[in-house]
Amino acid sequence: MKDNVTPAEAAIHLVDVSKVFGKIGTAAAFRAVDGLNLDVRPGQMLALLGKTGCGKSTIFNMIAGLTAPSSGTVRVNGRDPFAEFDSFRGKMAIVFQNDRLLPWRTAIQNVELGLEMLEVPVAERRATAQQWLTKLGLSGHENDYPHALSGGMRQRVSIARAFATNANILLCDEPFSALDESTAGRLRAEFVKLVKENGKTAVFITHSIREALEIGDRIVVLKRPAMIAYDVRFDASTGPEEREDIRSRIVEVLAV
Amino acid sequence: MSETAPQAASPPPESMLSGAAKRVWESVLPFIVVIALWQFASLFFPRFLFPSLIDVFWRCLEIFADGSMFKDVLVTIYRILAGLAGSFVIGAALALLMVRSRAVDKFLSPILTLFQGIPALSWVVFAIIWFHGVEFRILFIMVLTTLPAFTFQVLGALRGMSRDLMEMVFSFRPSRAKLFRVMIAPAILPDILTAWKVNLGNASRVVVVAELVGATGGVGYQLLLQQQLFDMAGALAWTLQLVFFVLIVQGSLTLIENIAFRYRAVSERVI
Repeated sequence: MKDNVTPAEAAIHLVDVSKVFGKIGTAAAFRAVDGLNLDVRPGQMLALLGKTGCGKSTIFNMIAGLTAPSSGTVRVNGRDPFAEFDSFRGKMAIVFQNDRLLPWRTAIQNVELGLEMLEVPVAERRATAQQWLTKLGLSGHENDYPHALSGGMRQRVSIARAFATNANILLCDEPFSALDESTAGRLRAEFVKLVKENGKTAVFITHSIREALEIGDRIVVLKRPAMIAYDVRFDASTGPEEREDIRSRIVEVLAV
Repeated sequence: MSETAPQAASPPPESMLSGAAKRVWESVLPFIVVIALWQFASLFFPRFLFPSLIDVFWRCLEIFADGSMFKDVLVTIYRILAGLAGSFVIGAALALLMVRSRAVDKFLSPILTLFQGIPALSWVVFAIIWFHGVEFRILFIMVLTTLPAFTFQVLGALRGMSRDLMEMVFSFRPSRAKLFRVMIAPAILPDILTAWKVNLGNASRVVVVAELVGATGGVGYQLLLQQQLFDMAGALAWTLQLVFFVLIVQGSLTLIENIAFRYRAVSERVI
């Protein structure tokens, strides 16, 4: 199921990317990512799977432009997300592991945050934020402060905040890992639906095989220091038996 | 979508009323006790030691009613506010530089710590030796005595900002002005208000010392006159002018806190 995508076509393009924390060449240096090559085509939902500490979040931060690679090339929509940080305003949105809502803002004001950065007029951004809150089942909670919302509701607000800017690239760092399984399951299903409906390219970090199989149409399994140990693509037509094979293979790879 | 938000039940109006009455009583009680003790002492001590608070009350009214006397109060208030504002602006700018550059931090921290160790009275003496203008002297003293505290408090607030929230806001690629408005200002506001509250008390004490030694007007100067006249009622009345001012500003800051920080969750269990 290998799809061929040229660097120019790729939404996310990583070539020989390494990241070393600490001074290179010293005993204190820690190599978190080592020579990673990865292409993500537009509209793909990539699940990055790996054990804790395998470098998933470092890759995530480099794609988000929050960290620069020590060597290699990172391109998102053909641009360097770290060097050309501001040029990605409104083009990339992130859903974090915890909701990261600003406690001094109400739910709707939190959803409006990205739109404010884009200088969207007040009335328009209020309407867009309202629409996303309604879509995520938070109608009636617009003026609640984060402390008055449950964990699941807060994470919904953060998802609404990410979708409201209509960014093409969506980066998600284990966004449901802090929620109970039933809430996480519901939100996951809603999230996949929204990503598909809105034609986003999504990179979804997880350490759950089940979540990766539910979310992604491609799974990349990483091993420390962030090297691709297994890369598999599938789609809605992939049957239960084939999915079970994929799951078994992932378990094997992770066990090694 | 079955999860529900934690709901706080609103108390009935009667309990809200009795709660408000209790809060008022609790805030007034300490003042009543101090006033009663003073008045009790005035029955047994000479007038120049413990004058009756009724006399003090009339002297306070006299200061309020007499334009030229009240002008001295306003001059002192102006000096306090100007000194604090100057100190805050310089302190905030220094704190921003220190948080952005480790070298600046390493250079300025010892100097500010050194300044913190210099007594207010020493600054008064330095100012009298160095400068001629009374107003500039007092402004200099006010700024120098409150600057280290403002700088360190703003620096602490900037460093204490949540890294997670900062990264989240950064992920939307804000301009500098937007970053300041949506993240930095609201995050450091609680510490800034606390810094103002603390420095206001310090400034009201320092300004009196500065006026006592180096000015020809203001509450400090009037206190010097009362001391020369051995007039305790007058000294107390002038002191109370400053106390009223500090209480009014502290009350206003508390009001701002109550409005600005209504987003905070309140735990039913206290520390």
